[in-house]
Amino acid sequence: MKKDLKVAENVKIWFGISLVLMTISLGSLLIQGLNFGIDFVGGTIVNIELHTTFENADARAIIDKYDPSADVTYAGDEQTQVVITSKENFSTEDRQAIFTAFQEKYNLETTDLLSIDTVNPSIGAEATNNAILAVIVAVGLMLLYITFRFEFVSGITAILALIHDVIVVVGVYSLFQIQVNSPFIAAILTVLGYSIMDTVVVFDRVRENRPKFGKYAYGELLDASVTQTMRRSINTSISTFLAIAALYFFGVPAIQDFALPLMVGVVIGTYSSIFNAGALWYVISVQLHKRKMKPTTKKA
Amino acid sequence: MDKKKVNKKSIAELIIVILLIFSAAYVLFVGVSVGMYDIGKVENTIKYGLDLTGGVNVVLEATGTDGQAVTSDEIDSTISTIRERIDSIGVSEPTITKQGDNRIRVSIPSVTDQEEALSLIGKTAQLEFVGPDDTVILTGNDVVDSKGVMQTDSSGVEKPVVTLKFSEEGTKLFADATQKYLGQVIYIKLDDQIISQPTVNVAITNGEAVIEGQASLDEAGNLASLIRGGALPVTLEPVEVRTIGPTLGQDSLTDTYFACIVGVIAVFAFMLLAYRGFGFLADLALTIYIVLLLLIMTSLNVTLTLPGIAGLILTVGMAVDANVLIFERIKDESRLGKSLLTAIDNGFKRAMSTIIDSNATVLIAGFVLFFMGSGSVQGFAVTLILGTLVSMFTAIVITKHLIKILVKTGLINNNAFYGL
Repeated sequence: MKKDLKVAENVKIWFGISLVLMTISLGSLLIQGLNFGIDFVGGTIVNIELHTTFENADARAIIDKYDPSADVTYAGDEQTQVVITSKENFSTEDRQAIFTAFQEKYNLETTDLLSIDTVNPSIGAEATNNAILAVIVAVGLMLLYITFRFEFVSGITAILALIHDVIVVVGVYSLFQIQVNSPFIAAILTVLGYSIMDTVVVFDRVRENRPKFGKYAYGELLDASVTQTMRRSINTSISTFLAIAALYFFGVPAIQDFALPLMVGVVIGTYSSIFNAGALWYVISVQLHKRKMKPTTKKA
Repeated sequence: MDKKKVNKKSIAELIIVILLIFSAAYVLFVGVSVGMYDIGKVENTIKYGLDLTGGVNVVLEATGTDGQAVTSDEIDSTISTIRERIDSIGVSEPTITKQGDNRIRVSIPSVTDQEEALSLIGKTAQLEFVGPDDTVILTGNDVVDSKGVMQTDSSGVEKPVVTLKFSEEGTKLFADATQKYLGQVIYIKLDDQIISQPTVNVAITNGEAVIEGQASLDEAGNLASLIRGGALPVTLEPVEVRTIGPTLGQDSLTDTYFACIVGVIAVFAFMLLAYRGFGFLADLALTIYIVLLLLIMTSLNVTLTLPGIAGLILTVGMAVDANVLIFERIKDESRLGKSLLTAIDNGFKRAMSTIIDSNATVLIAGFVLFFMGSGSVQGFAVTLILGTLVSMFTAIVITKHLIKILVKTGLINNNAFYGL
């Protein structure tokens, strides 16, 4: 028989690691903030295939009439696409005029207009509120579910571990300056769902093993349960990670922006379910037990 | 333990099951045609979102023309007018839905001229004939028919024009006005912009008129259909516009398809490596999972979007989880010295509550996304929810039967085969 892992004993190490990760995330958030895309702040992105490399100045000459502060960048395999990003919310007429100008200069077909995205700032503000609301509702419902199926302490620690995971994943967005658009909400909620799934598996074992251990042997109970679920946690993470990694390495940019935070989320979610949720559960359970014991010891 | 007793019935069963799985997968991904029946491959039958086919997706916000709140009736009539306009330019399957109280989402797949479609959708299209003294003679409401045609003008040149036919009341109004303003200019305005200013040469009593100054027959046709459809009861402002050209959409689809195949193969290989015999069974179950999920998505007409594909591949990873949970339990049980079949039964039983609890939490996230998200996020949520449900089913029902059949064949009684 293998020896059980020592999770409960080394609580300080796990919390230390998490503290470092959260500090990096929060630090990056404070210093560089998030790179909000047009879904959240509004604006216009126009992507046109020019079939030739182009001078930035030529593109600027066309754009400056509409928004001198717009960004002009290259895209495409051969850098033949122009991407115009503006914080302005161009009207249909303006967008049409911009494309017509490019069309005339580079002799383009109508199908060379690859994509246009325009979002009104008012919609952006709504999206932000909805995103925050969605996360709160999801977390609330999960807390309820776990409390109902397990116990309140498990629920609270699972949620604390989740908050840690979300901070780290949002930190990834900030650190790599990935554009925050609506897939961001999907990424965060997926990490929430995935991480809680891992945590539930650990707590499920704790629930099952409970009768086998002394009533207050929280440390031993946790160590045994974590050891038993470790292989499953790691194997599941690897397979999910592999699937997402394929999307990251072979997918299109729109998918890559979504896959990177998910990859981090899967790893961090697995770590967190064992070392944060598990360890926190242990610490809180021991504390609660001590507090309960105090009045009785005084009386005695 | 019965040694090397090979059960022929079970072997036959196993072979049939494996053949069935592979032929289903073959039909799904390659397609077959037998005589008059043609089952296309799923790649062609599934419904793709605009981000994969190209198209226009626009959210319009309505404000009442008279500054009042927009009523639900007004939105409904706006939607039907927009539908008529889109139909008139011959575009297939537009999706027009109400969003909230005052927004309309219009999705048109595969439009080559995206901006043309856009300018057609959002126009209020209030047509007015205005006299030189700024009095409104008649409006688009008095027009019963309108067409874009080529017409030879007085100098013998063919020009595209928009013909108008007035209602009985309109005819009378127009006759009176042309009588009154004989020799003067009448302004034809569309949404307060002058689009034509003909001089009245003769009183027109037959209730017909033309609008000249059209650049092409197409433009004339578009204007005619705007006029035919009538003015919108509200003013629309596009608050969100996303257009994706067909080239970009197709490229995204090809790349993502490839990425998915690589991802699935990687997961298959990993399962084989980590769980050997059980891994092979899990791979079979995963194949069933993918086939089932795609079939369900096709039959429910779920639209597959780019984030949806990401959700799909994520659920493949998660579908593995249920299998892993079960296998680890079976291993635990067999370490306790139970026979293989008993270990399998107990393993499944014990894994059940874990699978249900862990998947339920994922479903919670999925449903929150579905009800609170919009557009692409909803597409992701749908695949996440369907995927989680189907993966539970395949892991609990199908993997279990596959394992039992394989064990019963007696072909392999070596525990190492099962990674035990």
